[in-house]
Amino acid sequence: MGISVGIMFLIMAVVAGWLLKQTMSTTPWIARTTIVEGHGGSFSQAKAKIGLWVFLAVVTSLFALFISAYTTRMELGDWRPLPEPTLLWFNTAILVLSSIALQWARHSVEKEEIGGVKIGLAAGGGLTISFMVGQLVAWQQLGDLGYHPSTNPANGFFYLITGLHGLHMLGGLVAWCRTSFKVWRGSEAAEVRLSVELCTAYWHFLLVVWFVLFGLMLST
Amino acid sequence: MAYVTHDETAYVAPLEVEEEHLYHAKTWLGKYVFSQDAKVIAIQYACTAMGIGLVALVFSLIMRLQLGFPNTFAFIAPEDYYQFVTMHGMIMVIYLLTALFLGGFGNYLIPLMVGARDMVFPYVNMISYWVYLVAVLILVASMFVPGGATGSGWTLYPPQAVTAGTPGSDLGIILMLVSLIVFIIGFTMGGLNYVVTVLQGRTRGMTLMRLPLTVWGIFMATVLALLAFPALLVACIMMLFDKIVGTSFFMPAVISMGEQLPHTGGSPVLFEHLFWFFGHPEVYIVALPAFGIVSDLLATHARKTIFGYRMMVWAIVVIGGLSFIVWAHHMYVSGMNPYFGFFFATTTLIIAIPTAIKVYNWVLTLWHGNIRLTVPMMFAIGFIFTFINGGLTGLFLGNVTVDLPLSDTYFVVAHFHMVMAVSPVLVVFGAIYHWYPKMTGRLLNDGLGRAHFWITFLGTYAIYYPMHYLGFLGLPRRYYAMGPTEFMPESAHSLNQFITISAIMVGAAQLLFLYNLIVSYRNGKEAGHNPWESTTLEWQTPATPPGHGNFGSELPLVYRWAYDYSVPGAPADFLPQNLPPQGGSAEGIREGKVD
Ligand code: HEM
Ligand SMILES: [Cu+2]
Repeated sequence: MGISVGIMFLIMAVVAGWLLKQTMSTTPWIARTTIVEGHGGSFSQAKAKIGLWVFLAVVTSLFALFISAYTTRMELGDWRPLPEPTLLWFNTAILVLSSIALQWARHSVEKEEIGGVKIGLAAGGGLTISFMVGQLVAWQQLGDLGYHPSTNPANGFFYLITGLHGLHMLGGLVAWCRTSFKVWRGSEAAEVRLSVELCTAYWHFLLVVWFVLFGLMLST
Repeated sequence: MAYVTHDETAYVAPLEVEEEHLYHAKTWLGKYVFSQDAKVIAIQYACTAMGIGLVALVFSLIMRLQLGFPNTFAFIAPEDYYQFVTMHGMIMVIYLLTALFLGGFGNYLIPLMVGARDMVFPYVNMISYWVYLVAVLILVASMFVPGGATGSGWTLYPPQAVTAGTPGSDLGIILMLVSLIVFIIGFTMGGLNYVVTVLQGRTRGMTLMRLPLTVWGIFMATVLALLAFPALLVACIMMLFDKIVGTSFFMPAVISMGEQLPHTGGSPVLFEHLFWFFGHPEVYIVALPAFGIVSDLLATHARKTIFGYRMMVWAIVVIGGLSFIVWAHHMYVSGMNPYFGFFFATTTLIIAIPTAIKVYNWVLTLWHGNIRLTVPMMFAIGFIFTFINGGLTGLFLGNVTVDLPLSDTYFVVAHFHMVMAVSPVLVVFGAIYHWYPKMTGRLLNDGLGRAHFWITFLGTYAIYYPMHYLGFLGLPRRYYAMGPTEFMPESAHSLNQFITISAIMVGAAQLLFLYNLIVSYRNGKEAGHNPWESTTLEWQTPATPPGHGNFGSELPLVYRWAYDYSVPGAPADFLPQNLPPQGGSAEGIREGKVD
């Protein structure tokens, strides 16, 4: 559980640090007309972005807890590590490429080049789908070799963690669909800018999560 | 503490409101059923939570009947008893209190109190409620499947939760786990809204340090819930795998009913860690909103500035942070390393410090206040009593040596009911008496309210005080019937009957409350827009109940914190948050006109 405690500690430290900044030398009991910029008004970019960040904190907590469970269960005697299929390296490369493609879309949306956005989105989505298919094939390969989830906790964790990561990718693909839909229906770059940025951030995040998970599985 | 300071009171242009971004429902269904208005969602959450909570209340009364009068009621079989215990605990903690405080009060109060027109993601907010409803329905369904609901205790410890012999060890537990997973998904959607609305939805001038403590409490509780529920999610998913796929995450090799199960080598203690990593913060998920709300009730009805506002905010945050490193105090009996136990006992005692600070500040808020003993105020003061009581027994149980003999006795039942059942529920009642006038435009009946308070407050003491003693005697928790034992004198059995009779009276008093809620909706006294003469923004809305968009054509501008009560030299004994530093006349303030 140490890992989870560490992550929680980090997140709470961010909250506390932010609060410290707010509370230092404020005198709330004194009435004033201090106007804070950027509050109130319409649905701003910042709201969606902060929303995504908060969500990423939740997902971080989820995976941190899985890792804690993994490392705790690993200590027990019956743990038999499973051989990671070589295919996983290939899948990892594809996932990296999909992140790069989305970064390209993001780069283009900033420069208002809708053509580049289309290329980036199409490539990113296609690569992501291939990644997921690749993961399924990896499952199949392991299954054929007799590594079923119930035969060993290491196998169980493998399917569980890759599956959960895949589910999060799937959620990302829903957002990707909505963005692409808008783009191909002829939206301006400015209109989809926020969506593209959010998708890209989410993809990078899931890529990092995958690095951590894959690293964990390789090293144990 | 002068009421006018500074000359930076230059004219501030009113904020132009961009109406186009507010979702307007076009159909009746969109307005009242699939509404995206946080106020409607709040009421949906609250009604669903209270409905299922009533079921849990009935379960507890059935349990009490059995405990007070064993061998009398043929319809309560031992299996039923375990199912009632489990469902009662789970519903009360998660489906009632968590949903009511965050989904109910959070949705209603956050936008109004921070001066927003709605939550920042109204659509997601709506989905959140419907997902919650599905979770409740799955839970209810689990009571009707073959084998019935799970009877494993609300902690759902494996291996017994999934092995034959425990009621509902097949479909019951599966549906329970699925329901929790669905609940967590729904909650996360709502939680994102509450957090981001507090961070980004505030009106101009509403700095973080001007937020009412209610918002702080709900905000921090949501942060805790967002980070802690994943632990329960992980535990539920892994247990589902153990149950359905046959993995051995938690399941050791077991011989169940003479049959060797396929599992080997799993760790039930791992489940306990995950469960309590969620479970302890959960205590604060229901406590922090209660802390926040009670602070506002006390300040408003004592006509006094809350004592130590910044300290209160800090205490909320520190308690939130610390609540992640005390979880194993629920596991002292699991055979942990003594150093481990020492660590967790220490952190548990440390968390008492910010908690005690809060209690002192509440009491000091009352000190020399101009106390108005309204019904919400009585509930708020009642809360201080029960919370101190439950908190003190918590200090006992936090010590390993004291906990070991008391663990799993009625002392624990008494402790946690005092601290996390009765206390927050008293705040829920106080809050409903306080905000009902805003939600409906009418006051709840005062006489009924007072009767409700006294029966509930004294009644819960009659129920739980004696349980401490039963716990000392060694009466174990989660037992269907004791049978003849040496350590239980005859008087303990009479005490059990007394507790049961008190519980039935408390249960009946809740009918008074329900009756009050329903009747006052049409026939209650007109409340006016600000019956308690409160400073916070929800009482300054142009319409009561607040219309769609909350604040009419212009969002309020905030100049002051939420606790300007009895300010020396001020025109009225309360100054609404949107009153400019130099403005205001006594009548204007009372009528809700601020310029
Ligand atoms: C009139 C009100 C209530 C009565 C009479 C009551 C009574 C009981 C009884 C008899 C038990 C079973 C004790 C045992 O056999 O071990 C119990 C357990 C429990 N109650 Fe309550 N209760 C009430 C309200 C609440 C509330 C509001 C909560 C919310 C937090 C709550 C949370 C729990 C929990 C978590 C358990 C443990 C369940 C388990 O052992 O798995 N109760 N209660
Ligand atoms: Cu605890």
